[in-house]
Amino acid sequence: MAMLAPTLPEPALSARPSSVVLEFSRQQPLGAASLVIIVVMMFAGIFSDLVAPYDPLQIDFAAILAAPSGDHWFGTDAYGRDILSRIIYGSRTALVIGFTSSFVGSVLGAILGIASAYFGGKIDDWIQRFMDILLAFPIIVLALVVVAALKAAILFGIDINLIVAIAIPIVPRVCRVVRAAALTIRVMPYVDAARAAGYSDSRIIFRHMAPNVVAPFLIMFTAFIAQAILLEASLSFLGLGVTEPTPAWGLMLSGNAADFYREAPWMILFPGAAISLAVFAFNLFGDSLRDYLDPRFKT
Amino acid sequence: MLRYTINRTLMMIPTLLGVAVLVFFMLRVVPGDVVEVKLRGDGGNVSQETIEMERQRLGLDKPLKNQFADWMVGMVKLDFGKSMWTERPVTEEIAIRLELSLQVAIMATIFAVLLAIPLGTTAALMRGTMVDYIVRVLTIGGLSIPSFWFGMLIMMFLLGLFNWLPPITFTPIYVDPVANLTQLIWPALAVGYRYCAVVARMIRSSLLEVLNEDYIRTARAKGVFEKLVISRHALRNALLPAITVIGVEFAFLIGGLVVTEQVFNLNGIGKLFVQSVSHNDFTLIQGMVMLLAAIYVVVNLVVDLLYAVFDPRIRYS
Repeated sequence: MAMLAPTLPEPALSARPSSVVLEFSRQQPLGAASLVIIVVMMFAGIFSDLVAPYDPLQIDFAAILAAPSGDHWFGTDAYGRDILSRIIYGSRTALVIGFTSSFVGSVLGAILGIASAYFGGKIDDWIQRFMDILLAFPIIVLALVVVAALKAAILFGIDINLIVAIAIPIVPRVCRVVRAAALTIRVMPYVDAARAAGYSDSRIIFRHMAPNVVAPFLIMFTAFIAQAILLEASLSFLGLGVTEPTPAWGLMLSGNAADFYREAPWMILFPGAAISLAVFAFNLFGDSLRDYLDPRFKT
Repeated sequence: MLRYTINRTLMMIPTLLGVAVLVFFMLRVVPGDVVEVKLRGDGGNVSQETIEMERQRLGLDKPLKNQFADWMVGMVKLDFGKSMWTERPVTEEIAIRLELSLQVAIMATIFAVLLAIPLGTTAALMRGTMVDYIVRVLTIGGLSIPSFWFGMLIMMFLLGLFNWLPPITFTPIYVDPVANLTQLIWPALAVGYRYCAVVARMIRSSLLEVLNEDYIRTARAKGVFEKLVISRHALRNALLPAITVIGVEFAFLIGGLVVTEQVFNLNGIGKLFVQSVSHNDFTLIQGMVMLLAAIYVVVNLVVDLLYAVFDPRIRYS
């Protein structure tokens, strides 16, 4: 699999930020387009209060199930809440959970992967054995088991345990890829040199090896933001993720939304389109990033 | 080959044991169990005494290591215990639903593989062209569209166009094939799209890799027809990694039905899993996790053995 054998990052990474973006857009037009979608989404998520036309929680009995119109671009739901506003606020929920859980999972996976490759032997065996166990769970099943085990713990309006539940299935997948990349770095002369110089294990891992697995790490991190958003939406759809009244895309499709296939199709069309677009953008961006960072795939 | 098979089979045991330990203790680290959901779920006022009695009846008051030992001993005898919610044997609860889920998974696999091979091959052969771009967007779309939303769109489409919705009650294929297929083809499509996308991407990238190999150049240089180069030399080798993906995705599909079954109101494994999670039904969750993990390791075993059959280098290393 292409993603399993990433190579070292190009020097382009260390160039000036603006020229990196330009070079990336030139080489990967699809990636640039996805980056635009991501930036728009982040903007909507950060400035929801300014962008959203309505309060996402405001119930308006005068406008129950209103069709899309000038007043409500995407229509309203069964409580008369504005769907566009809920989608805009939902992007905040999706991004916060997507970013943090992918970050937690990827960082943990990367550290375990590098440690596994660096120490080798028994430690490597044990870590890999444990990862194999985690991999035997289908992603959503593992997340659901963690949800069942931990229950909700709200901090700053976000369910921390939901983030943990989404992060855990990411760990073994990142661990595998980073371990493979780290194995090739472990045999590099500079790692031997660092060890000969008497540096501590943690210094070699964090200062010498970690920077050199940045490319596969970044690729995995972006790809798993997509997965995390999708997983959050699925859990919320099942009623086991984000809970009312927090606006979340998956939640907007759950419960009785399906009763309105005929009367209010906009209730289903727009939130689902928002999930798809967000996940699509991150997937495409991760894909383009891989092609960009991995010279072997250049045309 | 026999030694390889035996070794590989024995390697399943520690993984499954690890899964058992992990799921058992994970469910019990934080307080809260089925008794609370059952008796206090609706905000009912139940005395602590009643709760303790119910716990005792279900064996939840015993020390953890005894509970675990009981469960393990039972599993060796293929007794997975009783659901703490319905009080029916876990195996029975699963058995009545497995047929439906398995059929959807198999139908989705057939659909996905049949579509993925031509899609992935064309994209690789026409790399960098418009066709490649379209396939790329279509496949990333498959990875991005949530299967439950895709299912809802299918339902809306059926309702809008034919004024018809698939029935909720399950008809086995041997009772009425037409009714069965018209019911299950839609969920199979909904989950199959993603599956197809994953496999097509795999075929594309591994075919691209194989096409760079020396033996392809050799075949072309000695004048083999391009069609034969692709079908005999390239595709045959490129399909090997695809087998892994097909296997892993199949194993995960049964878990992936968790959301899709909800949309189509199908009473399958996925729906049962969601119910057991929201009820905190430990024994049922454990039993289903073991089943899904077992499917995963067995499928992996089969994939590895297939690999060894197709690629002698693995067998002898």
